[in-house]
Amino acid sequence: MLSCGGKEEKKKDGFSVRPQKTTTTEKAVETPAASSDKASERVDLTNKGVGPIKSITLDETIDDAMAAKGKEVYDQMCLACHRIGKKFIGPPPNGVLERRTPEWVMNMILNPQEMVKEDPLAKDLLTEFNGSPMANQGLTEEQARAVLEYFRTL
Amino acid sequence: MRKIKYSILSLLGLVMVFTSCNDSGKKSRGALASNNAEKVYVAPGEQDEFYAFMSGGYSGNLTVYGLPSGRMFKEIPVFSQFATNGYGYSEETKPMLNTSFGFVPWDDSHHPDISQTNGELDGRWIFINGNNTPRIARIDLKTFETAEIIEVPNSAGNHSSSFITENTEYVVAGTRFSVPVPQRDMPINEYKGNFKGALSFISVDPEDGEMDIKFQILMPGFNYDLSHPGRGKSHGWFFFTTYNTEEANSLLEVNASQNDKDFIAAINWKKIEEYVNNGGGTKIPANYAHNIYSDEDHTAVSTMKKEVLTVDPTKVPGAVYFLPTPKSPHGCDVDPTGSYIIGNGKLSADLTVHSFDKMLAAIEGKKFDGEAYGIPILKFEDVLAGTVKSGGLGPLHTEFDGEGNAYTTFFISSEVVMWKLGTWEVVDRKPTYYSVGHLMIPGGNSRKPFGKYVVAMNKITKDRYLPTGPELEHSAQLYDISGDKMELIYDFPTHGEPHYAAGIPAELIAPKSQKIYKLAENKHPRATLGVNDARVERDGNEVHVYMAMIRSHFTPDNIEGIKVGDKVYFHITNHEQDFDVPHGFAMIGANNSELLIMPGQTKTLVWEPKQVGVWPFYCTDFCSALHQEMQGYVRVSPTNSNVDLTWSLGE
Repeated sequence: MLSCGGKEEKKKDGFSVRPQKTTTTEKAVETPAASSDKASERVDLTNKGVGPIKSITLDETIDDAMAAKGKEVYDQMCLACHRIGKKFIGPPPNGVLERRTPEWVMNMILNPQEMVKEDPLAKDLLTEFNGSPMANQGLTEEQARAVLEYFRTL
Repeated sequence: MRKIKYSILSLLGLVMVFTSCNDSGKKSRGALASNNAEKVYVAPGEQDEFYAFMSGGYSGNLTVYGLPSGRMFKEIPVFSQFATNGYGYSEETKPMLNTSFGFVPWDDSHHPDISQTNGELDGRWIFINGNNTPRIARIDLKTFETAEIIEVPNSAGNHSSSFITENTEYVVAGTRFSVPVPQRDMPINEYKGNFKGALSFISVDPEDGEMDIKFQILMPGFNYDLSHPGRGKSHGWFFFTTYNTEEANSLLEVNASQNDKDFIAAINWKKIEEYVNNGGGTKIPANYAHNIYSDEDHTAVSTMKKEVLTVDPTKVPGAVYFLPTPKSPHGCDVDPTGSYIIGNGKLSADLTVHSFDKMLAAIEGKKFDGEAYGIPILKFEDVLAGTVKSGGLGPLHTEFDGEGNAYTTFFISSEVVMWKLGTWEVVDRKPTYYSVGHLMIPGGNSRKPFGKYVVAMNKITKDRYLPTGPELEHSAQLYDISGDKMELIYDFPTHGEPHYAAGIPAELIAPKSQKIYKLAENKHPRATLGVNDARVERDGNEVHVYMAMIRSHFTPDNIEGIKVGDKVYFHITNHEQDFDVPHGFAMIGANNSELLIMPGQTKTLVWEPKQVGVWPFYCTDFCSALHQEMQGYVRVSPTNSNVDLTWSLGE
């Protein structure tokens, strides 16, 4: 009785959790824990995170060749979850260096399992992003450094 | 009332506990059992000392166990389709099972043997034979995947296989059934004198392991049962047991048991190698498949080969001799020094040990006892080193511990008998449960056995485990041989029917075991290396979906524009680069299996949608907390519809 053969099904209003745009954004907003202090928006420029990177210095000028290499790595290894300018599975990388130290970013890339267990920020991010784990993509330090350089261009 | 009863019982229990503590000086059965428990106990988080690779018999595969725990780690698909990971179902692996008979998705795997350098296990590859449709497989011990399968022409019942020479120069495959060579239409009862037994020497490339049939020796039409290489002083020789030297073609149970003695064929393969290197032998037309899988493009390619080099053994003087051996010998084993060749009449009580030195001397002295089809027969007494008067019945196979002891299984009397090389005295005997076939000591078929354990592989299980209906897994028994006597310490079930097994210290393999395939090195022509390349393309009624997967989504996960009658190829690349994060892929109604795709790997599943609708697919391997979210839909429209081909993720 309910099935009407052949016709395009009408979008039904009323009870629906289907959001106007993307599911992920809405869900995150609805999570009460993230209501006031979203980890993705928090600024912490002292925390270096947990992992192999203890201290790095960035040159004033961006190394274009390195950044290009970084984009190559990023497109293959990271893009499935991190899109530029848009929240996807994980947060977008543009502007990340206004909120995080370069060491933290590289440690998150190189040592995600330990980061989400021990770093308070990373822990909160995991919750904010629906428990979707940051995959360890096995980047070398050199590759992670290049990805960081690419982030500076965004 | 009840309560009282219980408390009395528990009091009694306490008393018993105290009592047993008190007489700890006595060696009770319980104390012994706990001692044995310690020997096989590998604590949670600890790892085993040895790998044991057991043939899967009629499963067609190879299973990987740990010793001493008896825990099974993996089943490696070799000759059989394996729905668990899609081997033989995925487009990339189907060619592995190609043969001259077409796609043969099953076999009967028998005798694994690990590659050697200087007669010692090197842990690079393990070889195993397919018995039914004659094939030899090479499994890479970095990836634990079947890397290559070569079909063996002119062979039938590929049983005296797959044993390797001491520098892995050759993997050797002997035929059980003799057959017309080349195959032709002829009366079965004209077998005698017309059929041939092909012994194939398959060269192994020292760098990449690639196999190639170097030559086949066309022997008289006997059954070639088992074989082992010479080693040390006898390196360069190979030994095969034969039965049915009567050349019977029917009721072999009776007719192949007429001769008092059959033979062990001793083959000087170095001599034959030299002969063919100098242009000897005859190339004959043949048709056999050679299938190679590449870790770079994750794809197997099958090539049909069209000729094979055969050798008439009578044309190479001094290359082949027969050593008379009591009636219908089965196992053929060579001790670590290469001095002794052991073969026993499989219905007799005694073991026959031939001496390699005496064999050379007899050949030198030309002490022949006649010939068979032009092949000299040596005198039994001239080559005999000794006889082990065992008292058991039905001796089959022998392995060695490297300390001068040999261990022989007895099928009929269900036992392992330990005896001394040289003195031939029986040192110990222990029962098996029941009817033991092969046994294995890690490295026990090399110049350097590691000793420590004997694993007996039994044919009959009966009451050893909880019953599981009429069909039972075969049982294996583990014996500690580190002391003067054998001690039965453990029982464990095995999968399929393990005929032979090969054991190796874990340290020779574990550190090299591959963890992932590097995405950047993936050369699969249809790989999706970046999500920007994910797409769907139509080519007539073929649709190619270039899909990527990572925790916990597919790119794309919504596909429209597929029609009934299409043939949809899902080419899926796992973008994970972390150890032990495979993803699976299953499509509703697909007439094959799932795919299990390792990090960095690409695999392809074909789906031919038959019904209009919106059909789901999902990840089958629990991959993350959001594994249940890892899913997608394909919209299937009627054949004549004009729905645009579109794909998306998160839109």
